Amino acid sequence: MRVASELRFRWMKDVALPVLLKARERRPRERPRGESPLGPPLESTRSLKRLMTRHYALARYAEGARPVAWVTSGAPVELLRAFGCYTVYPENHAALCGARRMGPEICAHAEEAGFSRDLCSYARVDLGHALSGLTPVGRLPRPDVLFCTNNICQTILYWFKELSHGEGIPLVMLDTPFIASGEGTPEVFDYVAGQIKDAVPALERITGREFREDRFHDVLRSSIRASALWGDVLATMRHRPAPMTVFDAFVHLAPVVSLRGLPSCERYYEGLLAELQERVSRDVAAVPGERHRLMWDNIAIWFALAPLSRLFAEHGWAGVAGTYPNAWAETTHYLDLADPFGSLAKTYTLIFLNRGLDYRLGLMEAMGRDYQADGLVLHSARSCKPYSVGQYDLRQALAQRLGIKSVVLEGDMTDFRTWSEEQAKTRLTAFFESLDG
Amino acid sequence: MAEKLLVAGVDVGSATAKAVVLDRDGRVRGSSLLPSAPNLSGVGREALNEALAEAGAEAGELAAVAGTGYGRAALDFAALRITEITCHARGASVLFPGTALVVDVGGQDSKAIRMGPSGEVRDFTMNDKCAAGTGRFLAVMAGILGTSLDVLGPAGLRAMKALSMTSTCTVFAESEVISLISQGEAVPDIAHAVHQALAQRLAGMVRMVGADGPAVFSGGGALNPDLVDCLQSLLGLVFQIPERPQLTGALGAAHLALRKAGA
Repeated sequence: MRVASELRFRWMKDVALPVLLKARERRPRERPRGESPLGPPLESTRSLKRLMTRHYALARYAEGARPVAWVTSGAPVELLRAFGCYTVYPENHAALCGARRMGPEICAHAEEAGFSRDLCSYARVDLGHALSGLTPVGRLPRPDVLFCTNNICQTILYWFKELSHGEGIPLVMLDTPFIASGEGTPEVFDYVAGQIKDAVPALERITGREFREDRFHDVLRSSIRASALWGDVLATMRHRPAPMTVFDAFVHLAPVVSLRGLPSCERYYEGLLAELQERVSRDVAAVPGERHRLMWDNIAIWFALAPLSRLFAEHGWAGVAGTYPNAWAETTHYLDLADPFGSLAKTYTLIFLNRGLDYRLGLMEAMGRDYQADGLVLHSARSCKPYSVGQYDLRQALAQRLGIKSVVLEGDMTDFRTWSEEQAKTRLTAFFESLDG
Repeated sequence: MAEKLLVAGVDVGSATAKAVVLDRDGRVRGSSLLPSAPNLSGVGREALNEALAEAGAEAGELAAVAGTGYGRAALDFAALRITEITCHARGASVLFPGTALVVDVGGQDSKAIRMGPSGEVRDFTMNDKCAAGTGRFLAVMAGILGTSLDVLGPAGLRAMKALSMTSTCTVFAESEVISLISQGEAVPDIAHAVHQALAQRLAGMVRMVGADGPAVFSGGGALNPDLVDCLQSLLGLVFQIPERPQLTGALGAAHLALRKAGA
């Protein structure tokens, strides 16, 4: 059985999928762009689509051939890759469902089962998918293990426990204590590193595979490189005019979230970075006639990405920085091959969502300066409380420190029942008007 | 030709459509106020024509038209489209120079706008995607009480008893009001409780943008004396009320059209 699954997986991976994907690409894909206020689209978007389509298409053949893990965005996936796990990110999948405007439809299944509408909509999409099988990617493989870290929020814990109970799937959970102030203590990092080490025998048992240290090192090396490349990609937006926008960054962060530690992820960002550097050298603008530069706080409003991107561009606004895309480049510099467990503990404990508001304020202040932002949009995500709480204090403090105006947009990541396009447009347009005087 | 120069501002909201026609010196020559209609462009044009008729002028004499309100995008005859936030701020500072805060309660949304010394918008906040805190909320409450918006305000002023309402959510407030009616509470007392609940919501919005200096209350909500009273005592502020508060946005739009026309 195992051999058959393995053969099928390899056949799909090496023969069938490349042919199928290539055939899809031969179809004419040029759509009339109309009078777009945006600059030329990024060529790399095509490779991105290819990469992510392949990832989701292959996922369903991984069942039985590879240990399948469902992972949270802030978990040390490097450990799983050392076991050759095929990884699926429910958050990335939920974002995809959001972008395809399937959020409310899938959430409804979770709500019917009794989950509150106030619960994180990523969790509702994921639980709704588990209950209904609804997805835009055909099918997600059944996990052999659930792997989560509570560094991004506490909801994760209950969400993954629910998946675990419902389906009887083993759960490996890492607890990262909240760093309210300061830089964290050795006790905290030892505690987290200890849990990562303890996860090794647990994963050996669950996957039936041996932990291979050499492979672990290769993965770490690749992860460090991919995150550094992603950091360089984002840094190109410091250039005036910015060669891409924060809305592009939301789209192009998919590989660093869900394929980090794989060679394909590195290769992808090498290509993207080269394209952006070339744009910088020729002053190609993502928003022609860029007049203002803006920073975005919180997760993307996935279902409104295109209209928002257009609205910004129509007014000469380029989104050039965002706390969310930056999260995957923010702490990877702590990773150290000489101390893999200790440095993984640091990397994943010190991300900004696991730290006090003062740290986030300092981070945003530095980003505002580095990227020369003259405005700030705070997406108050209806169902993502940990990210949205404190935004009114942040905007006041940033107004004082950087002298920049800001606007709060009420929205959500996937649930567009909380969204009013007209109201959002009016708010943003009024904000742009107030900056133009 | 220069002597004939006129400009107009047209504000198409969810409840009413308004237009103001100005001459080159910024004097109001005509205005109009109509109930809104699903055909936003049609009702906007109608409002403009009515204001032009009052001014004794024709469309050909207009050097510029600015559209505002939630129907602004549909106003194909307007060369300028500006949000109601900018227009209310401008209208208020034309009427009361030095205005630092505008509270606007319209049919579909309400907002608090903080302005700088020359009338520029510094910060603003609006209600969420929800009828809480809007004119629609008052209209629904008036409907349940079997009265009209014009009567609700004066009725609230006659309240003798302080009732408490905990919700500004239109749906929940509706059931609260119904239960107050069934408990035999008097209409003025209930009306006052409704205003108090709405004012608390508005006060929160004002505190969010920060209030400092002369304040103006605009939009249809300003016609409700009890609501204005409630908000004034909650904030410890005195609001200036335009003579025709619903026209503030259209007036602001007209002044922005005047600036565009270079007069």
